[in-house]
Amino acid sequence: MKMLVADAIVECLRLEGISTVFGYPGGAVLPLYESLRNSSIKHVLVRQEQSAAHMASGYGRVNNTVGVCLATSGPGATNLITGIATAYMDSIPIVAITGQVNSGKIGTDMFQEADVVGSSEAFTKHNYLVRDGRNIPRIIKEAFHIANTGRKGPVLIDIPKDIQNEYIDFEYPDTVDIRGYKPTIEGHVKQITRIYEKINKAKKPIICVGGGINSSGCKEDLVEFVEKTKIPVVCTLMGVDSYPNDNPYFAGLLGSHGYPFVNRAMNKADLIIVMGARFADRSTAVISDKINDQHVIHIDIDPAEIGKNVKTHTPVVGDAGAVLRQLNLLEYDNDIENWTDSIREARGEYMDENINRSFQESGTNPCKFIRAISDKIGDKAIVTSDVGQNQIWTAHYILAGNDRRYFTSGGLGTMGYSLPAAIGARFSADSVVTVTAIMGEGGFQMLMGELALIREHNLDIKVVIITNERLGMVRELQLNAYGKDSYHGVDVGFNPDFMKLADAYGIEGYLVEEDSQIEDVIEKAYSSNEPCLIQCRVNPDFPTLAHWRWQ
Amino acid sequence: MNKNKHVLSITVENYAGTLSKVAGLFTRRGYNIDTLNVAETMDSNISRITVTVTGDEEILEQITKQLNKLINVIRIEDLTRKRSILRELMFLRISCSKESRSEVLQISNVFKGKTVDIAPRSVTVEITGDEDKNNAFIELMIPYGILEIVRTGLTAIERG
Repeated sequence: MKMLVADAIVECLRLEGISTVFGYPGGAVLPLYESLRNSSIKHVLVRQEQSAAHMASGYGRVNNTVGVCLATSGPGATNLITGIATAYMDSIPIVAITGQVNSGKIGTDMFQEADVVGSSEAFTKHNYLVRDGRNIPRIIKEAFHIANTGRKGPVLIDIPKDIQNEYIDFEYPDTVDIRGYKPTIEGHVKQITRIYEKINKAKKPIICVGGGINSSGCKEDLVEFVEKTKIPVVCTLMGVDSYPNDNPYFAGLLGSHGYPFVNRAMNKADLIIVMGARFADRSTAVISDKINDQHVIHIDIDPAEIGKNVKTHTPVVGDAGAVLRQLNLLEYDNDIENWTDSIREARGEYMDENINRSFQESGTNPCKFIRAISDKIGDKAIVTSDVGQNQIWTAHYILAGNDRRYFTSGGLGTMGYSLPAAIGARFSADSVVTVTAIMGEGGFQMLMGELALIREHNLDIKVVIITNERLGMVRELQLNAYGKDSYHGVDVGFNPDFMKLADAYGIEGYLVEEDSQIEDVIEKAYSSNEPCLIQCRVNPDFPTLAHWRWQ
Repeated sequence: MNKNKHVLSITVENYAGTLSKVAGLFTRRGYNIDTLNVAETMDSNISRITVTVTGDEEILEQITKQLNKLINVIRIEDLTRKRSILRELMFLRISCSKESRSEVLQISNVFKGKTVDIAPRSVTVEITGDEDKNNAFIELMIPYGILEIVRTGLTAIERG
């Protein structure tokens, strides 16, 4: 069947189950947009291309599928790159389609020409510049396969405008065959036996989980494994929702912004089982690598991550879910009750200490505020957070896990992620799922234009902006590095009136200025299916880690 | 050869942009390429990139793992670890007068060099060999005055 390439692209997306795409049109994607106009796929017009990639990320993360974003050539595509890089660092599968100038003109510095394949090389799992329209079905099939298998990640397809206007014989392939791409799924049997022996021998074991658990879709297998082995679970920022936070075996976030009791436990442990986590610098910053007799087992689908940051004694290459199912076939015999109890008690004490005490200065206690949100979002919820203090407060005080998801930019640390990611998630999440986007005023104002989409598409999203008239985390880093009062460039000298802003965008606005208002506002906000904006004022001196304020 | 020096033979799918992806990876991850050459194999869809890099075991392991992640990379072999034959071709233009010409050509003959050009004040020879041999030849030519060196970089094949 003869088909226009632009129609073929849209048909391929439809066959991949894509019902919504996020994008921004332009000259180099005119044929593609004309084909979209005649299709059943919904196009969501973003206000800046970076958001299109974040929305695709949020959209895909909800159901472990692939989100799609579109942009035109040149500035459209370069704007997309920060969003693509964000997905790359967090191993989030997205497919980005960009227009390119006519193939014969590539390299002549035409209007809106940019070498997008070259400039996205470092931030994509793979990318393509289409030189022949006949390759489109194969390339799109491969792109979705590569994005959503193995260690997941973004794939970019750059399609010159003249190629979009070619006619091809359309046939969508059923399978892909890429010689150099065959991810390992099952763990090596010998290594599984080794893990089994180590668990039975360990006195102070810890499981550390990352984003790989969600990516592999094996949260239930993890719960079963922990039930069998009784080993406490700590998580990285990407793994906050990998394991039920209200489960008695859950300890909490580790690393430079983790809980002190978790980091102490990491330094005492004799066995660390890292699963679906990169174990990156932010996680390992406070852990000594010179602990005698500490055995590290690292399970990851990407062999390049194993042993990259931390010395690994038992490497296991494989999908976290597949390995967990192999491990769950065994019965374990270990005696670690005292160890597990001590961590559980430390967590309990810390929470009591920090949620229920008020800060000596004016303003809301963000820990209390976020825990109040957590109490209200229901069993099925998506919470997104931005980057900075709001990210850490959210990671600590939202009780995630099970069907309560936590999306954030963990690796790249991209400010502005929260709002568009929540919008993307809202498009694919079931209507019973609540969606809450938490951010600071810094991140909010980076991609604030997307607020318009909430009213445009009537999306029930609770937008939560925690304000302290500062870029709080950078300020804290400056104070820690250069001493008292040594901060610069972090005062947000002017903030808009957020209540008027909410009004201007056609949504309800609520203001929380002190702890006593929390309950009432949250109650109102979550009692309707309408979107709203909640501003929560926090004292600039309230630290990222709550326990620092008592020092 | 320096024991931290490795010759990697990388077979890749022959798509536009593959070389840039491989070379770019080295730059991004902070690894230096000492030499690099690339050409088609007997299957025109597959190319071989031969790269020499310097680094300890840990760096080499990371390079290999990261290269393996590139979708178009099919196979990576560290030929320095195997029984393999390493060769590099180089051209040297050496400054010499009529009087010293025969001396230069004699040395070149010992190194199994081919004389490819003779000019009034210089000769150009072609030498093929492993790194040690080629470096030794260069050393010997320095006193005469080397006008130009062109080297292909190492290429290698495993013994059958």
